[in-house]
Amino acid sequence: MAIAEQTPTTRLEQSTPETRRRPTALKKFWPQYLAVSPFYILFLIFGLFPILFSIFLSFQDWDGMGEMKFVGLAQYQYLLSDPRFWNAVGNTFIIWFLSTIPMLFFALVIAFLLHQNIRLKGFYRVAFFLPNVTSMVAMAIVFGSVFSDSFGLVNSALTALKIENIPWLSTSLGIKVTIAVMVIWRFTGYNAIIYLAGLQAIPTELYDAAKVDGASTWRIFSSITVPLLRPVILFTVITSTIGGLSLFTEPQVLLGNGGGTDEAGMTIVLYQYNQAFTQFDFGYGSAIAWALFIIASLFAIINWRLVGERDGMKIRRNNKTEAGS
Amino acid sequence: MSNATLTRPQLADPTQARQDRNAVKRSMVARVVTHLCIWVGVIMSIFPFYWLVVMSTNTTGDIFGYPPKLTFGPHLLENLHNVIANVDLLQSLANTVFVSLSCALLVMFFDSLAAFAFAKYHFPGKNVLFMILLVTFLIPGSLSLVPSFVLVSKLGWIGGFQSLIIPGAANAFGIFLLRQFATSSIPDELVESARIDGAGFFRTYWNVGVPMLRGGLAFLGIFTFIGAWNDYVWPLIVLVDPKRQTLQTALQTLNTIYSTDYGMVMAGALISVLPLIGVFIIGSRHFISNIAAGALKG
Repeated sequence: MAIAEQTPTTRLEQSTPETRRRPTALKKFWPQYLAVSPFYILFLIFGLFPILFSIFLSFQDWDGMGEMKFVGLAQYQYLLSDPRFWNAVGNTFIIWFLSTIPMLFFALVIAFLLHQNIRLKGFYRVAFFLPNVTSMVAMAIVFGSVFSDSFGLVNSALTALKIENIPWLSTSLGIKVTIAVMVIWRFTGYNAIIYLAGLQAIPTELYDAAKVDGASTWRIFSSITVPLLRPVILFTVITSTIGGLSLFTEPQVLLGNGGGTDEAGMTIVLYQYNQAFTQFDFGYGSAIAWALFIIASLFAIINWRLVGERDGMKIRRNNKTEAGS
Repeated sequence: MSNATLTRPQLADPTQARQDRNAVKRSMVARVVTHLCIWVGVIMSIFPFYWLVVMSTNTTGDIFGYPPKLTFGPHLLENLHNVIANVDLLQSLANTVFVSLSCALLVMFFDSLAAFAFAKYHFPGKNVLFMILLVTFLIPGSLSLVPSFVLVSKLGWIGGFQSLIIPGAANAFGIFLLRQFATSSIPDELVESARIDGAGFFRTYWNVGVPMLRGGLAFLGIFTFIGAWNDYVWPLIVLVDPKRQTLQTALQTLNTIYSTDYGMVMAGALISVLPLIGVFIIGSRHFISNIAAGALKG
């Protein structure tokens, strides 16, 4: 980090005394500015501009082709009274709730099991992580066949057990459970790997000390493991909230743009896609995007308050331990 | 000898011998339960892949018969042949490989260049620029779906692969990650001695920075490749020409049009998944540990 002032000047600069005496930053450091510039240029064009433009769009009525018409807050007023939007919000939250709690619980159990001295740990990690890197389109098609109402694998198993079949893909709850199962399947291993890394960052001395004091396994788990994992748990809760709120591929591939029976699988992003790219209502699509952003921000704040307090110290400790390993 | 569920294996200690004998019995049970739970999880993780292969090797009648056929059948080649005859899936495969490779290479290049400058040089405004970079992490992607589409169509990029490749050619996540790598793994002395030898910034980047960032670059490359391969909603919006689809959009087209021939659809799904699994397993060591490390830092 200390190479700052000695950055090589170009030959051109060295030959002119004037620039050597008062070099402008740009002349002297142009290679560095050039090196970091691609990100900022791309961000301005494909990041910042679209966001500002989408605020603008959300106050317009526009089908993407004809004239834009300024409508003020009308899109937002419509949004607040739009039962389909609120249905999508409700669906998204139910699916998020149905998936996140079992997912994080399973992940914690798997991490706890993998943290013990067992063979084949490398293989297990790859096996648990595999669902996370797979094409969700392909796997949504696979899950669609597994949960198929009439001939699916799950219902065939239920028939074999003489239990009545469940119409997974044509009832409101069935659709939500199927999507939640896909989310659980995809992200349990991912979260388990993250918990495992968190467990490995906890100093073993703490466990040794607790054992000497005669603490039970459950006591150790609840009084040492969980509190010290809090920052990691916060991370997984936040990422799975963001992921859950932006759910799109699973319901879209499984149920199509309409969201299935009674729009039971219509999520917020699917509704946004639906309005913007199949109904060509770009203004309303932008308003939905901003509503989603507000909901996500509220959630991030609530999460932070609930799980995140008093964790500054622990995060720092995690970093230090990790840097040492 | 104790199973040491939480602690490291303990050293042999005569006073603990009796306790240990009791513990052995308990630990045997614990060990069996542990492995049982892990294997249930592993099977749940892998089963959908197995089922995908089973379905792509059977006819639709076998898949949806009762009881369903749970083992491999002889119809894989037939199903693959049907896919290729009905949809240009090989073209989609080539498109996807091209897009994913381009994304990975561009991201590796631009991100490492910026990360190297941020980690090893001082220049006016550096801290402000880096703060801006960190703030961009907070911006969710779905916010710009509509306006990005408008922008890309105004540029005349609709249907072109540049709309998939260019917007993400440099990203904040990769720069942040590689900067961490560069700060800790490239010694200042090395950069200094390159300077004394007369190397400029770009030469130093290429001869010192790139070789020493290999580990981080490998991870970023695999991560970006997998992400680009699996991207769905953006290609769905901008790739309107059936000849220029990626595997994900082609597969969904296949699914909606030919859903009656499940064996064929599954053969298509297999084509879209297999190369990816190969890339992941080859790079899994880098991949998994870095994902976890990123989470702890975040």
